[in-house]
Amino acid sequence: MTNEDLKIKLTELMPSAVIEEGGEWLTLNIEASNWHSMATILRSEVTVCFDYLFCLTCIDWKSHLTMVYHLSSTSYRHNIVVKINLDRNNPAIETVANIWRTAEFHEREVYELFGVNFLNHPDLRLLILPDGWEGKNPLRKDFEDPINMIKL
Amino acid sequence: MVETIGNTAEGNMIINVGPQHPATHGVLHLVITINGETIQKVEPHLGYIHRSIEKMCESLTYRQFIYVTSRMDYLSAHINNHACALCVEKGLQIEVPTRAQYIRVIMDELTRIASHELWWGAMAMDLGAFTPFFHAFRERESINDIMEETCGARLTMNYMVPGGVMQDIHPDFQRKVKAFIQQFKSKFSEYNEMVTGNIIFQNRMKQVGVLSAEDAISYGCSGPAARGSGVSCDIRKIYPYEIYNTLEFEEVLETGGDSFARYMVRLNEMHQSIKIIEQLIDNIPEGDFQAKTKAVLKLPKGEFYQRVETARGELGVYIVSEGGTTPYRIKFRSPGFSNLSVLDHIARGSKLGDLVAMMGTLDLVIPDIDR
Repeated sequence: MTNEDLKIKLTELMPSAVIEEGGEWLTLNIEASNWHSMATILRSEVTVCFDYLFCLTCIDWKSHLTMVYHLSSTSYRHNIVVKINLDRNNPAIETVANIWRTAEFHEREVYELFGVNFLNHPDLRLLILPDGWEGKNPLRKDFEDPINMIKL
Repeated sequence: MVETIGNTAEGNMIINVGPQHPATHGVLHLVITINGETIQKVEPHLGYIHRSIEKMCESLTYRQFIYVTSRMDYLSAHINNHACALCVEKGLQIEVPTRAQYIRVIMDELTRIASHELWWGAMAMDLGAFTPFFHAFRERESINDIMEETCGARLTMNYMVPGGVMQDIHPDFQRKVKAFIQQFKSKFSEYNEMVTGNIIFQNRMKQVGVLSAEDAISYGCSGPAARGSGVSCDIRKIYPYEIYNTLEFEEVLETGGDSFARYMVRLNEMHQSIKIIEQLIDNIPEGDFQAKTKAVLKLPKGEFYQRVETARGELGVYIVSEGGTTPYRIKFRSPGFSNLSVLDHIARGSKLGDLVAMMGTLDLVIPDIDR
């Protein structure tokens, strides 16, 4: 499906989502509270069928955090990007690990590196960082570690 | 802190594999819950080789950050560099000369063969056969020699730069690659005689670690791990980059979903890579090996995503630019990370001894997973 067709289809399915064009793929800006129900639609609606979550990450904009989900369809080969802004002081969002199983690992990574709390996640623990690492989120922009310097 | 060894109330036992273990091929730590010999749960503990490459890249320029990525999946170093170079080129809309594209694709495919060779040797070694390792390294050595001559390095080549390749190919390059193709073709039957046709080997691989196509997609598997389950996911075919859409090659698919299917996908992929190199090696066009670019690269404000097919699967490079000389944020979607997440799912209920076969056929490279 081309981006134009996809845009029409997605507007039909999710009237509340703000669709942004201009990049290589369509970008859906949505509210954190709507995410889980919209993710279910994106995955299960046969005409779009986004069954492959190939990238899940987060960006620290200093004023807020943005969750970025890259989705693809293995049957139609079209792609979209979903973006959700989160409050930087208390970031929380519903997990999608029950929709795309790969999210379980990726969300654990974002949880420890950005401190995003994934609600209802089956197993939200540290994955890469050592046990007992509390309160510091290395990929946030204000993270400084004078001993183990990361910035070059 | 999880308890790392001992017996639980249900009669289960918790054991550790790694972080230093011959079968993990690196510093991967698996905490395995077993009941008798049956696996109940596999929990990977990562981070032993985490270098925070994504954070480091935020303070490196668009020319520098490519070199760090050779240290992620060091067996696909060329292809990692390629992905980064393509992403920067996409942002700057640089047209890469055809000669550079040809060289890049030949190098990518040589890397893929070298990576699969090492995997094949190590895979057989995991299952108790030591000799194949030396046979695999004999062929891999020829590729490393070719790399050394043209790129100046054997493992972390750093040969791709935004706009093309760092320098032109060595005058002896074409002859050596053709000699390698001959060597590969004459020796390949040994691989099947020694390992593939071996009944003991087959018994240890067939119906071990079965992964369905639906689960492969849901767990985000890519590369040979997913193609063994019949999922068509070759980026070179479905989202072609460089000159891949003009080349004749097949996407290798198997439907078994077990360890043996994943094994066969990689073996046959080596033949397809040879086929690609044969189409290109005599036709490298004359011209520049690098496009003219500015000394200081500044990507426009925006987001750029480029995916390529490495030896292990889909690598994604996601650059968020604020218009400066360094990226604001970089994310590497590494194939190994998603492929590892499926290990717990396919290992549950099987015997502990089979875990090595499953890990082997997922082809995990730990620096790629930890980044």
